[in-house]
Amino acid sequence: MSLEILTFSFMHRALISGVAIAILCSVIGLFLVLRRYSLFGDAIAHSSFGGIALGLMAGVYPLWTAYGVSIVSALIITKIKEKYDISGDAAIAVLLSSGIAVGLVIVGISGGFTIDIFSFLFGSILLVSVNETILILSLTGIILIVVLLLYRQLLYSTFNEEQAKVSGIPVEKINYLIVFMAGLTVVTSIQLVGVLLISALFVIPNVTAIMYGKGFKTTAILSISFSIFSVVTGILISYVFDITPAGTIVLLSIGLFGGTMGIKSMGLLSKN
Amino acid sequence: MLSVVEIEHLTVQYPDVKALDDVSFTVKKGDFLGIIGPNGAGKSTLFASMLGLHTKYKGTIKFFGKDIRKSKDYLKEIGYVPQKPIFEKNFPATVNDVVRMGLRKESDANKIDEILQQLWIHELSKKRIGELSGGQQQRVFIAKALVNNPKLLILDEPVTGIDQQSIDLFYSILRELNSKQKITIIWSSHDLDAVNQLANHVACLNRTLFFHGESDEFFENDELVKQYSEASMQEHMHHH
Ligand SMILES: Nc1ncnc2c1ncn2[C@@H]1O[C@H](COP(=O)(O)OP(=O)(O)OP(=O)(O)O)[C@@H](O)[C@H]1O
Ligand SMILES: [Mg+2]
Repeated sequence: MSLEILTFSFMHRALISGVAIAILCSVIGLFLVLRRYSLFGDAIAHSSFGGIALGLMAGVYPLWTAYGVSIVSALIITKIKEKYDISGDAAIAVLLSSGIAVGLVIVGISGGFTIDIFSFLFGSILLVSVNETILILSLTGIILIVVLLLYRQLLYSTFNEEQAKVSGIPVEKINYLIVFMAGLTVVTSIQLVGVLLISALFVIPNVTAIMYGKGFKTTAILSISFSIFSVVTGILISYVFDITPAGTIVLLSIGLFGGTMGIKSMGLLSKN
Repeated sequence: MLSVVEIEHLTVQYPDVKALDDVSFTVKKGDFLGIIGPNGAGKSTLFASMLGLHTKYKGTIKFFGKDIRKSKDYLKEIGYVPQKPIFEKNFPATVNDVVRMGLRKESDANKIDEILQQLWIHELSKKRIGELSGGQQQRVFIAKALVNNPKLLILDEPVTGIDQQSIDLFYSILRELNSKQKITIIWSSHDLDAVNQLANHVACLNRTLFFHGESDEFFENDELVKQYSEASMQEHMHHH
């Protein structure tokens, strides 16, 4: 493999935003996985399809409408879920299908678009612009700072809502905050892996890391490392062999997952 | 004496049952109150109302003289150990992580080791919570409840499904907390003998409050003791 590719500035942008998104998805995904909300990222991603269609119809930059629609619909579904005591998986199903449905209807009304639906579905990390890279980096910074500042509240309300409430933590507000941050993260990450594979970044590095039997911080660090490894290696390999980055990234993280299972079944990851 | 808890005419109506009916009692500073009553008597409901988890109650609950509907500040002074702490079996949190969740001020982090030592779980501090036995987990949750130096400890029937050795250790810890550290304790239990040995006050609950007073007064009343040991025995047999 030629090292020349590391000198291209589009490659710099791809790697930098890829690493940022890898960190972001691992961190937010860990809270979602532990809340048995693994597919929530997927649902938000699908609802962003409605947002993108809306943006295209209204002649607005589609990523902005995707942010708006995804976050608002995710917050609404969370409200409905709490008020009517609907289970998490059912709420996810509702959100997922309604986003696609809205998108399809809008596409129908406006007589179909000729957008690059392929890049929306599977990501286009090698095409990120300077401005998009700056946006990705700023959002990553802000979300990570919020997570660090509210670390105890986020962890405790994920561990046990009732006990967190008794300890005086505003659990409902924290829940909405997680949904809000998940919405921001998903729409931001669509550029990397696309709608169809988004939940892979949220879930696979985290379930892999959890298998190592460590405490919370170590688990988060392991997950972030797996995620960065898959994204960086995936981008480089896919460019060299001219294959799709999204698929390569996800396959690499599945490889780490499989490897971890292998190590574990051989008893090398003993329980302390 | 300062009253820690005052409950006046507390009534809780669930859609299908009236779980608590006009319950009134007071807990004073330093009390060790054992609440006994069969399954479904309303013990957990009483605690949920006291802790602000159930808000649709009638009547008044006061902590340290203040109505809990007005301010949640009282929660800072309370340590709570739930009946069954529910969490994901493979949740990536060590014993240390769990106790730290209870910690309000990061500056008090040195308290964690101290408390783990006091509860005989310091050697487990790097183990995941899901890998421990029931008795060990229970001690972790007590440690979490104690880490902020609470004035009041509320424990909901915490010995179900735990081996005798752990129960004995648990009781000696409770006794020490109450007598040496002067922590007020409210504790629900099915075990009349244990209540007799540990508590200095007893409340008999079965939707309504049948008795509330000094422990000696209760255990000298053969009629009441017989009634409650039978009631709890029966319910226990149903349970198993
Ligand atoms: N959230 C709820 N919704 C409806 N009914 C409830 C609820 N929680 C408890 N109940 C009912 O209220 C009554 C009191 O239950 P509670 O759990 O308070 O009893 P308990 O004394 O703690 O019993 P146990 O000894 O089994 O723990 C029971 O009939 C129970 O079925
Ligand atoms: Mg109970």
